[in-house]
Amino acid sequence: MSKLKYTVNGILKDNPTFVLLLGMCPTLATTSSAINGMSMGLATLFVLVLSNIAISAVAKFIPDKVRIPSYIVIIATFVTLLQFLMQAFLPSIYETLGLFIPLIVVNCIVLGRAEAFANKHTVLESACDGIGIGLGFTIALTVLGLVRELLGNLSAFGWKPVEGDGILVFILAPGAFLVLGYLIVLFKKLTGNN
Amino acid sequence: MEYLIIIISAIFVNNIVLSQFLGICPFLGVSNKLSTAVGMSGAVCFVITLATLVTYLLQVYVLAPLNIEFLQTIAFILVIAALVQMVEIVLKKVSPSLYSALGIFLPLITTNCAVLGVALIVVTKEFSFGGEPHMLNLVESLVYALSTAVGYGLAMVLFAGIRETLALNSVPKSFKGVPIALISAGIMAMAFMGFSGLV
Repeated sequence: MSKLKYTVNGILKDNPTFVLLLGMCPTLATTSSAINGMSMGLATLFVLVLSNIAISAVAKFIPDKVRIPSYIVIIATFVTLLQFLMQAFLPSIYETLGLFIPLIVVNCIVLGRAEAFANKHTVLESACDGIGIGLGFTIALTVLGLVRELLGNLSAFGWKPVEGDGILVFILAPGAFLVLGYLIVLFKKLTGNN
Repeated sequence: MEYLIIIISAIFVNNIVLSQFLGICPFLGVSNKLSTAVGMSGAVCFVITLATLVTYLLQVYVLAPLNIEFLQTIAFILVIAALVQMVEIVLKKVSPSLYSALGIFLPLITTNCAVLGVALIVVTKEFSFGGEPHMLNLVESLVYALSTAVGYGLAMVLFAGIRETLALNSVPKSFKGVPIALISAGIMAMAFMGFSGLV
């Protein structure tokens, strides 16, 4: 039960997107629709949980001086694994997310959790933390994608109840910056941490 | 002529920060002051061009002939990390003044997704600059990498100027810091969309 608090922490108190402001590149680039945002979030969750588990398990054996390169190699291995899995089972999503799947390697959330959490906690705790942070990231990306899709295309998760065009700019690049800016303010107000 | 199209398209039309969303973390992180923004842009320019040269050769002469392109991600990130370390060591010896000017920005660049992003784009994406779609050759890749980096510097320096002015204005409490920066970046991206008909 106590492990559960790491998971909840990752979603609310340490939300990677709205509070820690990490991993901005995929956040802005892949949220042109709710489905895309959610897929990117889940892909990152996959890598984050596995790398957190692996790093917390081997952290004791890695000399301090070479720990960052070692973590990067571990993360890159799981990203390559993910690329294979997605190419085999989800080729259309893999095409849409494109460049941003290999770029999970340099997502600061993954390396950040390895350095700040996984290397000083047990395997189970790190797994819970990975799930929490991953879910926090997924929820943030889904919400961001949903808002952009609603405003830009008048649809939600691809479901389009009304005819007509939205405000196109929200699906294009500037909309990503604007919506994220306002969502961070909203999150701050709702959770009360300024 | 083709090079000119590459240059304009990479700097303005497909600006790496404002339309491709690569390298956002340093874009938001070190754009508080104009001088640090210039330092970071210089360091990124240098590393992107060098990293693209090395990873391009690695792809064409090692990974492709051996049919191990699936190792791209791992190989590229290792090369970039090693390269950044090496650049640090060489610069320290050869040009201490440049080294101290770039200072803390160099080690940060390893995890700048613009570097890995450009390296991957160059070897995986087909471009059609006015002609048939084709993979870039070495010279085109280098021109593309350098102009992308110049575009990065341009966005960064402009943005730092805006943020220096913003700091002097009274911003609502909840918007202070990153939110207002993101919104200004959004307006800047809108301005850059004006270039989209250019190429």
